[in-house]
Amino acid sequence: MSDTIIKVENLSKQYRLGQIGTGSLSHDLNRWWSQIRGKDDPYLKIGELNDRTLKGKSDYVWALKDINFEIKRGEVWGVIGKNGAGKSTLLKLLSRVTAPTTGEIKYKGKMASLLEVGTGFHGELTGRENIYLNGAILGMKRKEISNKLDEIIEFAGVEKYIDTPVKRYSSGMFVRLAFAVAAHLDTDILILDEVLAVGDASFQRKCLGKMNESATNQGKTVLFVSHNLAQVQGLCKKGMLLENGSLKMLGGINAVINEYVIGNKKNNQVALKDLPRTGPKSNEFHLCDLEFITDTATIFEGDTIKMKIGFECRVPLQELIVGFNMMDTRENCLVECRTSSTFKELNIKEAGYYSYEVEFTPNLKSDMYILNIGARYLKGHLEYIQSCANIEILPKDAGYEEWNKPSAGILITPSLWKQQNNGY
Amino acid sequence: MHQEEDWSNIISSRSVFSLHSFKDVWHYRDLLWMFVKRDIVTNYKQTVLGPLWFFIQPALTTIMFVFIQRAAKIETNGIHPVLFYLIGITAWNYFAECLTKTSTTFKDNAFIFGKVYFPRLILPLSIVVSSLLKFFIQIFLFLIITFIFILSGKTTVDIQLTILLFPFLIIVMAGLGLGSGLIITSLTTKYRDLALLVQFGIQLLMYGTLMLPKSGTTGLLYNLLKYNPMVPIIDTLRQALFNTEAPDFMLLAYSFFVMIFLLLIGFYIFSKTEKNFTDTV
Repeated sequence: MSDTIIKVENLSKQYRLGQIGTGSLSHDLNRWWSQIRGKDDPYLKIGELNDRTLKGKSDYVWALKDINFEIKRGEVWGVIGKNGAGKSTLLKLLSRVTAPTTGEIKYKGKMASLLEVGTGFHGELTGRENIYLNGAILGMKRKEISNKLDEIIEFAGVEKYIDTPVKRYSSGMFVRLAFAVAAHLDTDILILDEVLAVGDASFQRKCLGKMNESATNQGKTVLFVSHNLAQVQGLCKKGMLLENGSLKMLGGINAVINEYVIGNKKNNQVALKDLPRTGPKSNEFHLCDLEFITDTATIFEGDTIKMKIGFECRVPLQELIVGFNMMDTRENCLVECRTSSTFKELNIKEAGYYSYEVEFTPNLKSDMYILNIGARYLKGHLEYIQSCANIEILPKDAGYEEWNKPSAGILITPSLWKQQNNGY
Repeated sequence: MHQEEDWSNIISSRSVFSLHSFKDVWHYRDLLWMFVKRDIVTNYKQTVLGPLWFFIQPALTTIMFVFIQRAAKIETNGIHPVLFYLIGITAWNYFAECLTKTSTTFKDNAFIFGKVYFPRLILPLSIVVSSLLKFFIQIFLFLIITFIFILSGKTTVDIQLTILLFPFLIIVMAGLGLGSGLIITSLTTKYRDLALLVQFGIQLLMYGTLMLPKSGTTGLLYNLLKYNPMVPIIDTLRQALFNTEAPDFMLLAYSFFVMIFLLLIGFYIFSKTEKNFTDTV
């Protein structure tokens, strides 16, 4: 008996676009008639790839096409891909919420999936009653829930309110309670769809820690879908990349993330000239292009980042300074770099297009950062483009410990420790 | 060497309605009680009159029927008209509730069905059970009124052995409502207008079932009406309490088989629909 716990063969899901209404009855009858005659479904052959950026020509689309993979017991997999790649569809199929068009999913043991936290919660029922209801919906037996009741309430931190109707809860409490129930599911396979993106940062970390613990200590098999690459990398060892409904890559998580990021950044360029900006004089100066020039597509903690910024000066400008800053998601400005650190001031004598390359080492901890670019000159402020790009810094060698107690410091500061005494 | 793997579950595109589906339902039986509890709690919380509302509807309907009966001089086989209609209405209400609430299962629960898996059959089954509570409350009302009538001499009761069939009758009513409801909800996922027909049809059927007793009807009308599977059930209930005519077991068996038929079709269509309805509802 091998270790394979999930086996997916030739899995596909087709959707029909547009309104389901008049016309569908004739399609149905046609399809039914073909089935009776033992022929293939006439509508299954027509179809396109699910690329949301193209306008569809036919009425049917393959959200997933021909997916094959095997997962072994105890593995933790990340499922990544652009929006529309088919991740949620794959999860829906695995969760039995909808049936595949072709193919099969085979698995052993119990499987639970969390497509959303708090499914089935009813406002009129108390927290306690909702724990029972939600737990039962997720597949737990009543006795099991009773055994874990105290643990669940404690994890959620809502002891005081456990007997109040849930409609009185704040949204944070609601989410914590919902997740607490889900976190105590006892199944062999757990499927998560970006549900960890709820709650405040400390709660998210708690959830991630619990998930990690289930995976490593209890040997559960986990499939995790998320856009948060840092979370995926911290939790998963293996990954799969979906693109336009097909499985583009299967493998170690770092390699898969790399492949995804390369594909995502279209040549690492950002067309600044199309972005909205603030500033008084956009006629004299115009930021045009931004390009990331790095050796690998993924940026890790402590890496040096190289960028090229291009701008247009329509008149001569004196004492021009071009700069950028990186902010975290709470809009704290953490890093700022300006041309003045190398060039003092740029004096533009002729109108034209200029481009500058910059190399810098942010030394920030792993997180998602927002890049803003701006410029000023002698007479004042020129332009400021907010959120022109996201820079995601990934953790280096992230293990379980990193995620349980991540550094509170924003900066990566290497430190050297030496023992001074021998314990007497 | 390729070993045959021992998979506990296979999800595939072919919908297989088998005993496995019922095993699944049994596995989730705790959830059934949760839903029943949820329905009961939410219906009574924060209401002042609460269960009293259950008395008002049958009372008003009975009064209306009695007026019509008096005006049209319809025979009630020697049973006091109020009791004649009240028992019919109470039984009918249970059947109708099972049907109408089940018939919107997919539409009402589209959200939760789209997010988590549990055997979809659990919801209609929980409806059948929680409607039972309402039924028992209304039966209680009926018994109180009967008692009052006995005490004031307006009627006499002649309880027959057929009263023992009561649990069986409940099951048949539930089965008829459930089976029809499953069929309707499966069909309405694609063709919504059926839902409107249901409301209308139920009302119409109610008049057809209740207004006429077994005897004293002109031949053609009765021959059509007796094929309504609810009629034998209500007739048997009346017979069990008042013994105004001989029980017709043939017709009762007919009701039973109609129930089996509706249930089988209902389960089949329901299980075919539940696989993919989230794509079209």
